[in-house]
Amino acid sequence: MNWISNYVRPKINSLFSRRETPDNLWTKCPECGTMLFHRELAENLRVCTSCDHHMQISPRERFKALFDGGIFTEIDVPEPVQDPLGFRDQKKYPDRLKAAQKATGEKEAMLVAEGEIGRTPVVVAAQDFSFMGGSMGMYVGNAVLAAARRAIDRKRPLILFSAAGGARMQEGILSLMQMPRTTVAVQMLKEAGLPYIVVLTHPTTGGVTASYAMLGDIQIAEPNALICFAGPRVIQQTIGEKLPEGFQRAEYLLDHGMLDRVTHRKNLRDELISITRMLLRETPPIKGDLAAPAQAPAEAGK
Amino acid sequence: MNNYLEFEKPLAEIEGKAEELRALARANEEMDVEKEAAALDRKAEALLRDLYANLSPWRKCQVARHPDRPHCKDYIDALFTEFTSLAGDRNFADDLAVMGGLARFDGTPVMVIGHEKGHNTRTRIERNFGMARPEGYRKAIRLMGLADRFGLPIISLVDTVGAYPGKGAEERGQSEAIARSTEKCLQVKVPLISIIIGEGGSGGAVAFATANRVAMLEHSVYTVISPEGCASILWKDAEKMREAAEALRLTAQDLERLGVADMVIPEPLGGAQRDREATIRAVGAAIGRMLKELQKKKPEQLLRERRQKYLDIGAAGLAA
Ligand SMILES: [Zn+2]
Repeated sequence: MNWISNYVRPKINSLFSRRETPDNLWTKCPECGTMLFHRELAENLRVCTSCDHHMQISPRERFKALFDGGIFTEIDVPEPVQDPLGFRDQKKYPDRLKAAQKATGEKEAMLVAEGEIGRTPVVVAAQDFSFMGGSMGMYVGNAVLAAARRAIDRKRPLILFSAAGGARMQEGILSLMQMPRTTVAVQMLKEAGLPYIVVLTHPTTGGVTASYAMLGDIQIAEPNALICFAGPRVIQQTIGEKLPEGFQRAEYLLDHGMLDRVTHRKNLRDELISITRMLLRETPPIKGDLAAPAQAPAEAGK
Repeated sequence: MNNYLEFEKPLAEIEGKAEELRALARANEEMDVEKEAAALDRKAEALLRDLYANLSPWRKCQVARHPDRPHCKDYIDALFTEFTSLAGDRNFADDLAVMGGLARFDGTPVMVIGHEKGHNTRTRIERNFGMARPEGYRKAIRLMGLADRFGLPIISLVDTVGAYPGKGAEERGQSEAIARSTEKCLQVKVPLISIIIGEGGSGGAVAFATANRVAMLEHSVYTVISPEGCASILWKDAEKMREAAEALRLTAQDLERLGVADMVIPEPLGGAQRDREATIRAVGAAIGRMLKELQKKKPEQLLRERRQKYLDIGAAGLAA
């Protein structure tokens, strides 16, 4: 059983069961090759039941598992100007965007929401690797800013799950400018005295790692996540250096002093609740069967 | 003797011929070649004007990388007095890819920081071709903090292909170092001026170029990824760098339109490498103007405006 049984009444649980994946489908674990039922995999937060490999999880699934009762309110992200450079490689950038929207059912590569975790109100942002490699363009920049601004308005901590291949090349220099832009967002949070907790998930690379994803008050990573600026292939191609086993993986970074913790996904929620509440100097988290949130949620997770 | 770029080959031929003629005349006093040589000179100049009037983005990348362009050290030597290099990150090492120290600009004490690529094999290796390791950013963070405490304006000279893609650099937290350096740029309450003098490569450039004013030399470039890298990822063919350079909008002119660069500093005909002194003078004049303007502002205002600038960037795309 997962955490939901501890916290959620069946009534609320039914709110988000309507989009559950059909259970007659399989996913093959890319790490150990075990065939896993979709339902089984979803219940295990997309962690392989056989080898503990952490597969990518969509922001929406992440939120459902993270927020009390799976209930959260999405926060609007201001729309940036579309295709600011008129970029075209082998495909037009707007066509690539449309394809990603169709494939993921999401608007862009980051989702922002607010709600409660262990009765602690928080704002959470999560990057979607399946949307153009989670790449950071102006929308993602706007999302980080929107998350920070909401957190400041409501005096809530911000928890951010990163996942990205890097900057959105199709937005050229404007994607690079999201590095300073999101850094301003982090500074605003810190100046407001609010905790900013980053959870680095597989993979987090390039300009994302070199900006908001490395500026957390607390830096946690999921097991075996690839976290780097220059990826192993680039290093091998340009410098020809031989790279050790586990290089740039979460545990390797932990050993080299670059992270606070590496935490299994099944323990992440409890840990985030605990850390946030301590940083906020709140009472210890309540364990066991919590009642549903007192106020009716504005909007349930879609 | 000029180092010619590939697209300058026709120019090399003409200039080579003129030089040959003059060499012949020097060896043989009876020969009068000046008229012919002068005609070749005029032809060369016309061609140069033609080539540089409309440089394609890819050609601009080549000019920006030209080994004979003035580098950070050349600017420091010529434009600053009392340069006192300050070394080390107080943690691991001194990164020679990043120069930094106290100096006076026009009498005013400032902190100057920049990437130095080196000018011959020995210095290039010593400087790691201007590719900083984490220690370079951490040195810069330290120097920016020092400048902030004593109210000294910061001038950064950006010229790097990017961060160093090496094992040690990654192990020692290259990403974190870049992120902290950018963060430092957005924390100091002194004027921060950045000049892209050659290549502004990705995060390695952002770490120093997050400034109140960003000026770019006419043929410099500033980009999220090298055209070669972009081509190999999006076109799956590194040879498509021309197309990628075009699509990325990495020229000083495009960046000014996008509001990333605040000004473009004109280069001499044929690029900075053809007249290094004139280029250095032009950069000096630009620094002087920007410094004068920013020194009128209060510390809080400098910080607020710098942050606002980055919050606003890109709002209108190329239509700006
Ligand atoms: Zn497995």
